[in-house]
Parts: sequence; structure tokens; C-alpha cells
Amino acid sequence: MKKIIYSLPLLIVMSACGGTDNGNGGTGTEPTSNAATGTESTATAQDPASKKGIGKFTDVKIAPTMDAAMSDAGIKIYDVKCASCHKLTDERLVGPGWKGVTERRTPEWVMNFSTNVDEMLTKDPEAQALLEICLVRMPNQNLSDDDARHIYEFMRKNDGVK
Amino acid sequence: MRYRQLLAGTLLAAVFAVPACKPKNASTAVSGDAAMKAYVPPGKYDEYYNFLSGGFSGQMSVYGLPSGRLFRVIPVFSVDPEKGWGYSEETKPMLNTSHGFVPWDDLHHTELSQTNGEIDGRWIFGNANNTPRVARIDLKTFRTVEIIELPNSAGNHSSPFITENTEYVVAGTRFSVPVGDKTDVAIDSYKKNFKGTISFIRVGKEGEMDIAFQLLLPGVNFDLSHAGKGPSHGWFFFSCYNTEQANTLLEVNASQRDKDFILAVNWKKAEEYLKAGKGVKQQVRYAHNTWDETTHTGKTEIRKEVTVLDPAILKEICYFIPCPKSPHGCDVDPTGEYIVGSGKLAALIPVFSYTKLQKAIADKAYEGEFEGIPVVKYEAALHGEVKKPGLGPLHTEFDGKGNAYTSFFVSSEIVKWNIKDLKVLDRASTFYSIGHLCIPGGDSKKPSPKYVIGYNKITKDRYLPTGPELAQSAQIYDISGDKMQLILDFPTIGEPHYAQAAPTELISKNSTKIFKIEENKHPYVSMGEKETKVTREGNKVHVWMSSIRSHFSPDNIEGVKQGDEVYFHVTNLEQDWDVPHGFAIKGANNAELLIMPGETQTLKWVPDRTGIFPMYCTDFCSALHQEMQGYVRVSPAGSNVPLTFSTGKLPKADTTRKK
Repeated sequence: MKKIIYSLPLLIVMSACGGTDNGNGGTGTEPTSNAATGTESTATAQDPASKKGIGKFTDVKIAPTMDAAMSDAGIKIYDVKCASCHKLTDERLVGPGWKGVTERRTPEWVMNFSTNVDEMLTKDPEAQALLEICLVRMPNQNLSDDDARHIYEFMRKNDGVK
Repeated sequence: MRYRQLLAGTLLAAVFAVPACKPKNASTAVSGDAAMKAYVPPGKYDEYYNFLSGGFSGQMSVYGLPSGRLFRVIPVFSVDPEKGWGYSEETKPMLNTSHGFVPWDDLHHTELSQTNGEIDGRWIFGNANNTPRVARIDLKTFRTVEIIELPNSAGNHSSPFITENTEYVVAGTRFSVPVGDKTDVAIDSYKKNFKGTISFIRVGKEGEMDIAFQLLLPGVNFDLSHAGKGPSHGWFFFSCYNTEQANTLLEVNASQRDKDFILAVNWKKAEEYLKAGKGVKQQVRYAHNTWDETTHTGKTEIRKEVTVLDPAILKEICYFIPCPKSPHGCDVDPTGEYIVGSGKLAALIPVFSYTKLQKAIADKAYEGEFEGIPVVKYEAALHGEVKKPGLGPLHTEFDGKGNAYTSFFVSSEIVKWNIKDLKVLDRASTFYSIGHLCIPGGDSKKPSPKYVIGYNKITKDRYLPTGPELAQSAQIYDISGDKMQLILDFPTIGEPHYAQAAPTELISKNSTKIFKIEENKHPYVSMGEKETKVTREGNKVHVWMSSIRSHFSPDNIEGVKQGDEVYFHVTNLEQDWDVPHGFAIKGANNAELLIMPGETQTLKWVPDRTGIFPMYCTDFCSALHQEMQGYVRVSPAGSNVPLTFSTGKLPKADTTRKK
């Protein structure tokens, strides 16, 4: 039933992603923008959901300079909830090392993944691609929205943002 | 007296002749649509939680209704190696008593907390029948969070029943015993020296229990009890048998009198005496064990005093009501007006009226005294008798629509009858020898009368044979119509005695999913892998360990010596629902740990030999669960192997690891 209401561009996007039905959650929220970006990026088979991921964060404003207070809060959470599996270098432990992550991913994708783990692992192709490499589902560490933002700021600091 | 016995005999004979009393077998008892009524499709929730006492297992089990699916066994009074209960350093204090660490007990009755006479879903209480105690289980975590021991008690059977706002939970002795300083007395001096006690345990706002006072009573066996409610709030009713005060062969000697008693206790009056300082402080010893959710640790406090009130001296607290014969169940209907006594050797069910009891007391309609306590005339307190109900009445629950459901052990049936006119309305066979029964909310002001569940002692030919010992069982009857309909039965753990049930949403919505790691105040918590380490204090080695999918930190430990006591303090760093980690090490003389997300638990290990000891996660946690392991090296005492620890450190020569 639901498939009937998909617009044509969307169907093209979905087939470009390998024809899985995993994109439902993402396409339902922002059909117009998905369709637009999706058509543009078909060449790289980049699913629109993967740029920003799936979750409540759709537009995170990031200042050009690093916020030290937020980053300090972030490192405290990192030590307790993240450091067991993520190194700050580019070396993979259980999960990928964090070096360069803010260049590879949008802030929305990072924050959606860290707060909405299960849906991302079920539906987001980029998250799924990581799972194929790491084979351990990232735990839902019960982060608040602020926690996720603070961790992202710490990631920026780790990537050399001043 | 003779006449009564003759009458009872005739009634017994008459009941035997009723063919409906003899259960045939299941195939004739179950009708076509039963399966549909008990079917809960995969992925759907049950309508009710059913909390069953585990009897001699010492635990409480949680089933769904109407599916009969087992969800959890909550360890209460018995150790549970599966969950580390009684084995981890944190849980050991919960099983302490004045007799030391007691690893087993016999849990007979469950009672859900109430507010305004309705189940409120906060806690459930359980009684220990052997070494007298009362436990409180928090229904947010489904964990035993408090256990209080009862001094001057033996065989805590008429417990843990509560008042309508959970002001008190009560505990009455089944075995009367000598109390006070002189307890080394001849057993046959029972009449002179033995006393029954009833403890009123005050329950605080957070559930904390404290013995407010004990009533010192004649040496009889207190059996079961229920609080008054509504108009009779302020009163508590206890059945008692062995008013013959026999100390041997009770099977015969405690069945001589044709009536024993229901004891009516005016606990508000007792409170007045307590306030007026009429209690006598007695030196005793009992343990009070509490669980702290932030340190994830239990502690024991030995208390040394209890206040005793003597109702033979302090008048107007206690009254005996004669009740035929060896009464067992003592149940109060939802209106609070009717008190049903079930004489297990009687061929009728007496129903007492609270209003008539009050009038009898006001009129002093007494037939005499029993050891200083007035005995109200039977007829003066009696609403009426249910005639020829069945054989061996035990317990009664209520549907809130004016009907009572009574279990009959000897004739293996549940009988539905009307409280006002005392007419039998329906009877259903049980398979076999039913003890307790339960209607959700069936002892509260507001029953939820969709099902009645019978808890059977004997299953014989019901299930596949499993050697000499067979399962006990529960049977669910749909009571939404006029007639009871058997829809399902299921085997239980241990032996179910009383059970209670509550609507799902009352409890499920409050269920704890994780313990927040930020709130973990355990003295040995590792707040992240960065804090993991191994320290030594003399021969005690403390391992500050973390676990997360799917590795321990540290997972290589050297420098432990034979003769050391090693404490593994394992913090589960996960913050996701349903991701416990386990911990086990070879040769441990206790058990495993199961550590919930955000929690810290400690396993003590005393290595008995040198060598390499593997440790691993026991609770399947991820695709790499089988990789969640590590090693501890144990060297001889006096060895100079330094204390070292690491995670993920490879030998220098090994550079094959890629990112």
C-alpha cells in the first residue's frame, strides 16, 4: 500500500541503493529534499539518508571555531561511554578510530547515529556498511541530545579545529 | 459438641456423594475455544503479570496471563548461582540473619502493595516460612531490595499480608515457641511456656520496613491473615489452629476441637497503646538487610530491640471468633464487610460480618475467654454459612461482583458462591488438589475479574513423566461468564502457594531498563576503561574491570600469587536495555556474575594453584561474544612476577595487526 505513494524520483533513488526496503524511515520524513539530493548523488550510490542519517537531527549549526566548554563535557562522556571501543587515532578497535570523522561525516549523521543507534543500524546504508566491517552493533549508550552534541565538539577538537 | 461432630460427619458424607467433585481428566474439562482465550500471539504482551510464590524454591516467579509464559524467577530467599544472588560480594549481606548466612528458605505468599485498597504496582512482598523473614521486591527492577528478620517467631506463615495503604505488613508465627530470656524449656511445657507472636511491620514511603510492635498471644498456630478494608480498615484478621495447644502429633491432636479461632486485631487500638508507651521493650537480635540502588550493594544491620504489646493485659486489641474447624484461609471481601474463614476440616464455610462483630463486642456477647482474650459468640459474629460447598476449603478470592471463589483441596475444585445469599453458583474441577487461588486484585477493593487461577499440588498424569518428582501446576479459568471455563494449565517452578496478579500497564510502564552509569556510586566502579586497573593491598588484589561489547578491560593480568584473595569488580559500561554481561573464572568456588548495564558487581576468587586461568563473558552479548575472554596468571607465593594488567597489548614482535 505504502509504495503507491512514493514519488518517481524516490523509486529511482531506492533502486540506486540496491533495491532494499531499508530506506522507509528516512524517506518518510523528508521526501522532497531526499529526492533532490538523491538524484544528484546517484553517481556515487550515496543514499540521501546517509548524509544526515536517520533521527531527530536534521540541521545542526556548527560554528567555525571549536567550543572548549562543549568539548570538555564531551571528553568526560567519551571516557565513560565511548573509549572502550573508539580510539582517537585512525586505528580501529571495536569501532572505527575517530581521527577524521568530522571530515567524513556530517554532524547530523554522527549525532543521529549516537542517539538513534538501532534505527540507524537497521536502515541507514552507511551505518550498515560499518557494521559489516566491525560486526559488533554499536551499543546504544543512552546519550542525551546534549551529550551527542558535546561529543561531536570533542571530535572536532580531536580533528584539529581551533 | 457431639451433635456438631455428627452433623459434620453427615455433611462430609453428603458432599462425597456429589459426583461433580470427582475430577475425571483434562480432555473432558476443556472446551473448543479455550486455546483462543489463552493464546497471546508472538510479540504481544500478556494482559496481566502473575507473581507466584516459589514455595520450597525460596524464590518468586513471574508469569504472563493468560499465556502462562514464564518471564523471570526473582531470587529472594534462596541463593541463585545463575544471577550471582548470594554469591557476589554485594548480594551476600541480603541473606544474612541472626543465625548467619542462610542460603535457602520457603516462600509461601506474595502480596502486592496497595494504596486505598487497590494494587499500586510499587512493590511485592514475600514471606520466609522457615527462618522467619519478610522480603520486599521493587517492581521497577524486579529485585529483592529489603529483607527483615522477625524475632520471637518460628514459621512465619500468616504473612506478608498488608493493610489497605500498605501502612503495615504482618507476620504471625505458625509455630508458637518460648519467647524472652528462658527458651530452654521442656517441649511438653507448651501450654505454660509457648507463645504466639504477630509482628506489625511498618512500611515507610520508600518501602522501608521496621517492626513497629509485636503482639504477644496464646500459644497456638497462626495460619493465614488478611486486613480489613473500607469500613473494617483498622482491623486485621488471622486464622489459627491447634487451639488444643498440642506439641506432638498435631495431625490428630490439633484436630480435636470442633472450632478453632479467627483472631480479630484492632491495630489502631494497638497503635494507641504503643503511643501511650504501654509497650515493653525486649532485647532480641534480628537482621535487617537493605539494597542500595546507587552503590549496587546490600548491607546488614543487626537490630537488638523490639516493642511487645500484651493483649491479655491491654484490652480491646484482640478478640477471638470461633471458627470451624482448623481454619486455614482468612479472606476479607472487597467491601470489607465479610470475613471468610475456611476450616480445612469443616464441611461448610462460615462467613463473618464485620458489622455484627462490632455489635457483639459492644454488647459483650462473649462465650468466655481464651488466655485472657475474649471469645465472641460464634452466632453473634456470623453472617451465615455456605452449606455443602465441597471438601477441604482452603482459600477464597473475590470478583468484586458479589461472588467468592473458594479452593477445595480434598475435592479438587474451585467453587463459586454468592456472598450475600451464600448459594453455590458454579464448581470447576482442578487437576489436582488445589491449594491457593488468585483473581487479579482478588484480595483488594477492586478485583479485575477476568480469570481465576488455581495452584495445584499434584499433577500426576497431567504432564510427561520426569521420574519420581513431578511439576506442580497452575490452571487458568476464564470467569468472564457465569460459568468458570478452564482455558490453560502450565507447570510452575518450586511449589506455588499464594500468588497475586496485576494488570500489565500498572507495572510495565515503570520497568527499569538500565542503571545510569553516571549515578553508579559503587566504591569500586570503573567509570570508563581509563579507570580500569589492578591494585594490591597485602594479599587482597582488587581488579577494577569494565565490560562492553565485547571485551573486558583489563583482560591480561599477571602478578597474582597463590594465597591471594582476588576481587573482580566488574562494571558493565553498556547503557542499553537487555545487554547484561556475565563474568566467570575457572575454579571459582562460588558462581558467576551477571552484571546489568551501568552496574558494578564483585566476584571473590581465591586461586588454589598456580598457572593460567581463563575468564569469560557468560551472557551472549554480540557476534564477538565468544571473543570476550581473558587470562589471569597465578604465580607461587613469594614469586617476583610484578603486578601488571593490560588490554589489547600485543607482543612486540607481533606487528601483523592492521587497523
